[in-house]
Amino acid sequence: MSPVPPRRGLLSGTAWMPYALLLPGLLWLGLFFVTPILTLLSTSLQEGSISTGYRFTWRFANYTNAFSDYQAQFGRSILYAGLATLLALVICYPLAYFIAFRAGRYKNLMLLIVVAPFFTSFLIRTLSWKIILADSGWVVGMFQTLGLLPPGGRLLATSFAVVAGITYNFLPFMTLPLYTSLERLDASLIEAAGDLYAGPVTAFFKVTFPLSMPGVVAGTLLTFIPAAGDYINVRFLGTPSQSMLGNVIDSRFLAVLDYPTAAALSITLMFTILVLVGLYVRRAGTEDLV
Amino acid sequence: MKGNLAGPAAELRITNLVKRFGGSAMAANAFVAVDNISLTVPAGSFFAMLGPSGCGKTTTLRMVAGLEQPTSGEILLNGNDITHLKPYNRPVNTVFQSYALFPHLTVFENVAFGLRRKNEQNISKRVDAMLELVQLDGYGARRPAQLSGGQQQRVALARALINAPQVLLLDEPLGALDLKLRRQMQLELKRIQSEVSTTFVHVTHDQEEAMTMADTIAVMRHGRVEQLASPIDLYERPATAFVANFLGKSNLLEGRVTGTAGAMLLVETHGVALRLPAANRPAAAAELYVGVRPEKLHMTGTGAPVPAGHNALEATVTDSSFMGVSTQYVVRTAWQQELTVFAQNMGVDGMRARGTAVQLHWDPQHTFAVPRTGSPLETEAEL
Repeated sequence: MSPVPPRRGLLSGTAWMPYALLLPGLLWLGLFFVTPILTLLSTSLQEGSISTGYRFTWRFANYTNAFSDYQAQFGRSILYAGLATLLALVICYPLAYFIAFRAGRYKNLMLLIVVAPFFTSFLIRTLSWKIILADSGWVVGMFQTLGLLPPGGRLLATSFAVVAGITYNFLPFMTLPLYTSLERLDASLIEAAGDLYAGPVTAFFKVTFPLSMPGVVAGTLLTFIPAAGDYINVRFLGTPSQSMLGNVIDSRFLAVLDYPTAAALSITLMFTILVLVGLYVRRAGTEDLV
Repeated sequence: MKGNLAGPAAELRITNLVKRFGGSAMAANAFVAVDNISLTVPAGSFFAMLGPSGCGKTTTLRMVAGLEQPTSGEILLNGNDITHLKPYNRPVNTVFQSYALFPHLTVFENVAFGLRRKNEQNISKRVDAMLELVQLDGYGARRPAQLSGGQQQRVALARALINAPQVLLLDEPLGALDLKLRRQMQLELKRIQSEVSTTFVHVTHDQEEAMTMADTIAVMRHGRVEQLASPIDLYERPATAFVANFLGKSNLLEGRVTGTAGAMLLVETHGVALRLPAANRPAAAAELYVGVRPEKLHMTGTGAPVPAGHNALEATVTDSSFMGVSTQYVVRTAWQQELTVFAQNMGVDGMRARGTAVQLHWDPQHTFAVPRTGSPLETEAEL
């Protein structure tokens, strides 16, 4: 394909116009993204206490202390978010595939159903899981009948409940990008794979899946990143022994008022996610797939 | 070269093939795409299925490829029934209309795709040889998106051919190319076909493309084969008014058989007696269309001598357009029918002005006849 010349809109006549169009976004981000990040960075290097006040002293020990104190929560954040992302991918891929290729005239209806949970609040949805997984609920009863849970065993207040909750909450974020990339896939490519001696399974792994990678990457990022910082699911469905970094940051900031530690933890989590995502996108190699 | 690039060419036989879309025969929305087609493609030939869109040619091809299941009928390859085999179990390969190259794989991996699935040996050597055949040596490391349309077309061809198919199916392979490139690829395809001597089945709506390349053409319309013949026979002796108009231009005159004279059939059209070879008579019916191609008509001034035995008509010039090698005239007969005449630019006499009375004459051997079903204009409306 020959390179497509940049599209020229109605307003592209003048040199400064593109920058003028960028301005509102830049102002907004400068005010509400860059400034808070800088504030957070400086807070993370302060020392003192809430009674004596905090002073900026380049105290890098905040980072090492925070990390060694909350290693377990840090690990759980990555682990739970990773598990939830993986589960969501396994659940959503067949769903997105079905909607893209088989739903026919029910396509839009099914997409609407996928996003329907967004019409209720995140909090309400998580709280309803508390009812679903309650000790007297039918899920626990069924698990006990099937022998998956010992008599008297519970689901609530376990890692299972937390991961299940996170997975559930992010299903639409996984489904929609997957659907978009599958929907775009040229069906004749799958026919061509069949024509070239690939059975349905081989055709899926050699053609369909690689070509849906942009959707896989987008979906996993949209799930993993917010999931790693989540604290609502643990608060309602877990106990302190399931607590994630989000819960620590929450309590440090709002209950203990230990701002430097909370800030250091936030920055650490942000940086870790950034590195993980960078590695992942490189590994997935989706740059030349669009 | 030949032996290691292609498999043994196979004869393709299609019998009573039917494809119905949209439920049962009784359903109101049922659409018969392919309506009881039977034909045989000889091993090693270049066969074209030609017709306007919706004539069933692509559906037929897709059934041979296994991408579509026939409603009924059989598809045989060298006598073996492949009607219900999955595409990946058939010894045929397809060059898709939009090429369907895998965008995430290099040219090399695209071409190697089939061989890898079959776990074959010497893949690297064979892919290189195939890329050389389609004149793309050195392009193996590129992605399809980095190639021009013509180059992508060659990759699609190489990717199919390398599997040594017994029959190669080409679905409008040149449709996306511009005219110049299309001409070039027509010759290229012909060269490759003679080099690998595989059976080629080519689907197209472009009559010129089919005529240039194919040994045999099946002209299709409404899911049926209208006529199956060599390009020369199709052009010189079309079997139906549709074929006469779809392949080149034809002048069709309503005629009625009045008798025979030796090997010649005598026909009367609007009071004019015409003769044509009796062998060209399509059916026993007395009513028929007499046809003659515009370039077979000689145009002279009225009263000029007509060669002995030639058919002759009087007409008036109503329009002319100079096209360089020839001039295209539209003339009107006494019964107000417009005919087309191509007069070669021999530089002898100038253009004939509008309103000039002229005489047309032509060799009876250049006269064909087709059954009188429907109006001859009906087919033109379809095109």
